[in-house]
Amino acid sequence: MITKDNYQQSIKPYQPKPKLVQNCIKAFVVGGLICVVGQGLTILYMELFGFTAKEAGNPTITTLILIAAILTGFGVYDKLGQFAGAGSAVPVTGFANSIASAALEHKSEGLVLGVATNMFKLAGSVIVFGTVAAYIVGLIRFTAQTLLGS
Amino acid sequence: MKQGKQSWLFQNGVYINDTATVSGPKEKQGPLGSTFDYSYEKLHCDGKTWEQAEQNLLSKATNLCMEKSGVREDALDLIVSGDLLNQNVTSNYVARNYSSSMLCVFGACSTSMESLAIASSLINSQDNQFALAATSSHYATAERQFRYPTEYGGQKPGTTTSTVTGAGAALVSSQTSHIQVEGATIGQVIDYGANDPLDMGSAMAPAATNTIIQHLTDFNRQVHDYDLILTGDLSSVGTPILKKILYQSGVDIETVHDDCGLMIYHQDQKIFAGGSGCASSALVTYGHVIQQLRSGNLNRVLVVATGALLNPTMIQQKESIPCIAHGVVLKRSDAI
Repeated sequence: MITKDNYQQSIKPYQPKPKLVQNCIKAFVVGGLICVVGQGLTILYMELFGFTAKEAGNPTITTLILIAAILTGFGVYDKLGQFAGAGSAVPVTGFANSIASAALEHKSEGLVLGVATNMFKLAGSVIVFGTVAAYIVGLIRFTAQTLLGS
Repeated sequence: MKQGKQSWLFQNGVYINDTATVSGPKEKQGPLGSTFDYSYEKLHCDGKTWEQAEQNLLSKATNLCMEKSGVREDALDLIVSGDLLNQNVTSNYVARNYSSSMLCVFGACSTSMESLAIASSLINSQDNQFALAATSSHYATAERQFRYPTEYGGQKPGTTTSTVTGAGAALVSSQTSHIQVEGATIGQVIDYGANDPLDMGSAMAPAATNTIIQHLTDFNRQVHDYDLILTGDLSSVGTPILKKILYQSGVDIETVHDDCGLMIYHQDQKIFAGGSGCASSALVTYGHVIQQLRSGNLNRVLVVATGALLNPTMIQQKESIPCIAHGVVLKRSDAI
């Protein structure tokens, strides 16, 4: 008997279950492929411009961000996201998509109050927690180094 | 006049003289595509912004409805209209172009039948001669207000519904036609604690159940008194829940039930669990259902438009989603 008190529990059979295994495999493959592209870019920059692996990091990330922003503009990245889930959300390309999609969405409200104000609507939390986490980790490292005197 | 606890019986004779439906491109490709009066080829619907696109849909629907009916604009007493956007911007901006009184209503996706019920009641009271009931929804305006930017690559679960792009309008008066508005049942706000904005079918099913049972009680009718009991947008998730709860209450609607959200798209159109939005019930009712009533394939239909009274701020504050459903009875009439 479905009642108000047991509603959430008793309707579970009617709600389609997320395909966890299938989603994990898709995320692994697509996420991996994005990283392979990134690795390819790194090698390319190292070969072409004589960068070290560390120096090639920044241009690699920038290129991935550019590709993701262009794919967002052409309406491809949201379809990739639906297919790959975390596979396309976790890499830097997902971060780029969250900014580019919000910027596109709010273009109709103008450059300042629309695009600039809203572009970090989704990405803002990542930046906040990323910065806070980096600060805490840095503090721990600094304290440990000071105490251990190394 | 009041009928039972929550219903109205329009005993003075209220009729739908004409309807108009305007859809987006995806709806045109659906199984009911040929029943719409006009369909835009692009999701932008000739507008520069998504909001303008939705206004163009509603404006086109109301204009077409007035044209088809032949009623002069200055004879129109009242517009009863609503949509999903904050401050009902679509309805209010479209009403700027009319010189009639405007009553703006919000019942989320139940607005289609809420506006029709109110318009019918105001005609039945004999204080007004002509009233226009109208509503609209647009995929992109709803996405950006209630969920994420349209191009955001987040993965949606299978319970998600896809907002129908379209608008519908109906001209209601006491002048006889083949479609009579026999009565209406005004829903209660029902909240069973569902709090997932990406699963509105589950949230709305109890509201639809409540309205259907109340309707049958108020009018002292059985399911077989109807050729069709139509819900607005319960989707493939909410529909079996509705049937199950009703069955447990001794009401079996299996043979006469359909859901507008499941009728409007083909299954391969990538719309997850089905269509939703005010236009889901408006397009199906004012297009397909009216045509079926006119041709005599249907005689009496109960349209129960379902609305999830969703607010993103309340969801972030860990509140659940209250829901409502309004039912209107459309009957084939030989009075003409």
